[in-house]
Amino acid sequence: MTDTTEKGVDSRRVQAKTSFINDPKFRAFFYQAALVIAVLGLFLWLWMNAATNLAAQGRATGFAFLGQSSGFNISFSLIPFDRTSSYLQVYFVGILNTLLVAAVGIVLATFLGFAVGIARLSKNVLIRALAAVYIEIIRNVPLLLQLIFWYFLSLNALPVVRESLALPGGIVANRRGVSFPQPIFDDRFIWVALVAVVALTVALVMRRRTLKQIETTGDRRSVWLPFFGVLIVPVVAAFFLTGTQVQFSFPELTGFNYTGGWTAPPELTALILGLVLYTAAFIAEIVRAGIQSVNYGQTEAAAALGLKDSDRLNLVIIPQAMRVIVPPLTSQYLNLTKNSSLGAAIGFPELVNVFVGTALNQSGRAIEIIGLTMLVYLTLSLVTSIFMNWYNARVALVER
Amino acid sequence: MQKKLLTLAVASAMAATSSVAYADLLDDVIARGYVQCGVTEGVPGFSFPDENNEWSGLEVDYCRALAAAIFDDPDAVRYTPTTSQARFETLGSGNIDVLSRTTTWTMTRDTDLGLTFVGTMFYDGQGFVVRESDGISSALELSGAALCIESGTTTELNAADYFAANGLDLSNAVIFVTRDEVVQAYLDGRCDVYTTDASAIAAERTQFPNPDEHVILPEIISKEPLGPVVRSGDTRWFNIARWTYFALLNAEELGVTQANVDEMLGSDNPEIMRLLGVEGDFGAPIGLSTDWAYRIIKHVGNYGEVYDRHVGPNTPLAIPRGINALWTDGGIQYAPPVR
Ligand SMILES: N[C@@H](CCC(=O)N[C@@H](CS)C(=O)NCC(=O)O)C(=O)O
Repeated sequence: MTDTTEKGVDSRRVQAKTSFINDPKFRAFFYQAALVIAVLGLFLWLWMNAATNLAAQGRATGFAFLGQSSGFNISFSLIPFDRTSSYLQVYFVGILNTLLVAAVGIVLATFLGFAVGIARLSKNVLIRALAAVYIEIIRNVPLLLQLIFWYFLSLNALPVVRESLALPGGIVANRRGVSFPQPIFDDRFIWVALVAVVALTVALVMRRRTLKQIETTGDRRSVWLPFFGVLIVPVVAAFFLTGTQVQFSFPELTGFNYTGGWTAPPELTALILGLVLYTAAFIAEIVRAGIQSVNYGQTEAAAALGLKDSDRLNLVIIPQAMRVIVPPLTSQYLNLTKNSSLGAAIGFPELVNVFVGTALNQSGRAIEIIGLTMLVYLTLSLVTSIFMNWYNARVALVER
Repeated sequence: MQKKLLTLAVASAMAATSSVAYADLLDDVIARGYVQCGVTEGVPGFSFPDENNEWSGLEVDYCRALAAAIFDDPDAVRYTPTTSQARFETLGSGNIDVLSRTTTWTMTRDTDLGLTFVGTMFYDGQGFVVRESDGISSALELSGAALCIESGTTTELNAADYFAANGLDLSNAVIFVTRDEVVQAYLDGRCDVYTTDASAIAAERTQFPNPDEHVILPEIISKEPLGPVVRSGDTRWFNIARWTYFALLNAEELGVTQANVDEMLGSDNPEIMRLLGVEGDFGAPIGLSTDWAYRIIKHVGNYGEVYDRHVGPNTPLAIPRGINALWTDGGIQYAPPVR
C-alpha cells in the first residue's frame, strides 16, 4: 500500500514537472504569444496586400510626398505656412491646432464641469435644477449638431465686418472672428520671462511647504497670497528694471477685414465652445457621482468637527471623491481630444481637416495619411492616460 | 464628417483586404444589372436630385448614356453622392464604376491615383462670386478678403496660385468639407467670396435666396476641364466610357437627335450608318451590341441636346455654349470618327 501511494505521489510530481502543457504559467504565456503573433501576422498580411493592390491599381505609395510642397493655404496656423510649405508642415500645423483645441478645451471643461457638478448638489433648488437641465440637454444632443449649431449661430448673431462690435480693451467682434490687441515685446522680454520661470518654481516650492506646515501644525495661514506675491513682484520688477518696451498691435479695419492683433476665427471659438459645453456636462455627472460616493457620515463628521462649508468640501469630501472621479475624467479628456476632429465639419483646420481632408485629397496617399493621423491620436491618448494614471496614483487612498 | 471618415476607412480597408484587381468591369456591371455612378451631393444642372430622389443633369445624363449603351435602359443606373474630398477614394476602392462629378482633369489625378480621365464633358474655369453691396468689380481687389472653399478641390490650389501670383493676401480662406456648409457660410457672411468652377457658381447662384444681390466677377483664373473618371487598368471599360462620350459628340455633329434617330436609321450617309450600327459592327470590340450608339441617342439625345436641357441658355443656369460648342461651330468639343 505504502509503496503504491509513494509511487502515485511520485508519478504525479513527475508529471507536474514534465507536462508543461498543463502549467498555467506556460499556458498563459503561450496564448499571449500566439495572439501577438496572430495580430502581427494579420497586420503584415493586410499591409502587403494593400501594397500589392495599390501597385496593381497603379497608385503611387510611400512617404516621399511629405517633402513636397502642398500648394494650398491654411487660414489658421500657429507656425508660418503658405502654399510653398510641405505636406510635413501641413501635418504639424494640424497637430498644433488640434493640441491647441484639446488643451484649452480640457482646462475650460474641467472648470465648468466641476462647477456644474457641485451646483447639481446645491441646496438651492433653482441652481440644482438649472444644472440638471443643462446636463440633460447637452448630453442628449449629438455633438456634431451642437457644433454646427454654435457655428452658424455665432455667424448669425454677430454683426458684419463694417458694423463690428467694439468691446472694451480694443477687442473687436464680428462674423470673421474676435480680434484682440496683441502685445509685441522687444528682445529684453526674454529676461522677464526667465525671472517669471524662476519665480514660479520658487512660489510652487513655497506653496508646498506652507501646505505641509498647515497639515502638520493645523495652523491655518494664507497659501495664495504669498504665492502670488512671490510670483508677481519679481516679474513686475524685472519688467521695469530691464526697461522692456511693449507695443500693441490693434485690430484695424483695412479693406475687407480687420488686420493686426490676434484673431480667433469663429470656427475655433465655436469648436472650443461646443466641446467645452459638451464635455463639461459629462464631467459634471462624474463629479456629482464622485461626491455622492463619499459616505454622508464623512460630511457629518466634518461638521461635528466644526469645519465650515468650504473646508468640508475642499478638505474632506473632494480628496476622497477624487479617487472615484479621476479614472472616468481621463476618458472624458481623451474624448474631447478625439472629438476635436469634428472641427473639420465647421471648417476649423485641425488635423483631420487639413491632413485627412485636404492633404489626402491633393496627394492621394490615403493609407499613409490615415496611418500618420491615427498615430497622433494614439500618442495623445496614451500621453494623457499616462499623466492621469500618475495623478490617480497620487490622489488614490493610501492604505494604511 | 463621420460618413466621410467611414468611407475613407472602408476604402482603405478594402484596399487592404481585396485580393485581385478589378478584372473585367463590364461583365460585373452586366451581371449586376446597373451602372453605379458617382455624382455630386447636388449641383443644379450637373447632378441634382429632385424631391423623388430622381437625379438629373449633364453629368447624370452621361451615366444614363452609359446605361443606355450597355442595357438599352437609361434608368439602369444607381447614384452615389460623393463629397469633393472622398470622391477619388470612392472610385479607387471600387464602390462606383464611374465618377461623373464636376471633376477637373489634372495630371496628378490622371497619373498618380490609379485613375484615368475619359474626356472633357464640360470645359470650365474657376470664378468668383461676391455680394453686390461690397462694390467689387475685379478679383484683383480681393486682397485680404475671406474666401469660402470646398475641401479637396483644385479650387483650393488655384486660389493659392492666383493670390500668390498677383501679390494678394490669402490668409483668410475657410475650407469646408461639404457643399452645403460652404454655401451657407458664404451666405451667412463668414466670407466675402465664394469661389469654385464658374459653372457651379452659376448653378449655385440660382439657389441663393436673392440671386440678384450677388455678382460674378469677370476673371476666370484657371482651366477646369470637367469629365468622367474610371479606374486605370480595364481597357474595355475605359473604351466604353470614352466612346459613350464620343458618341454624344458625333451624333450632334452628324445632326442625329433623339427625335430623328429612327428616321436616320435609313440615312445613306456612311458616317451616320456606322454610328447607328447600320453598317459595320463597332459594338463588338467593346463588348456591346451593334446599335450601342443608337441606344444612347434614342434614350438620352446628343451632346447639344443634353447641354441645352440642363445648362443651356433656356435653363436657369443660362450658360452660353462658348468653348463647349462643337469644333464645327467654333468651340473645342471634338470627337474622333467612328470607322
Ligand atoms: N473642379 C474642381 C472642383 C469640384 C467641386 O467639388 N466643385 C464643387 C463646387 S459647388 C462641387 O461640385 N460641390 C458639390 C458637392 O460637394 O457635392 C475639382 O475637381 O477639384
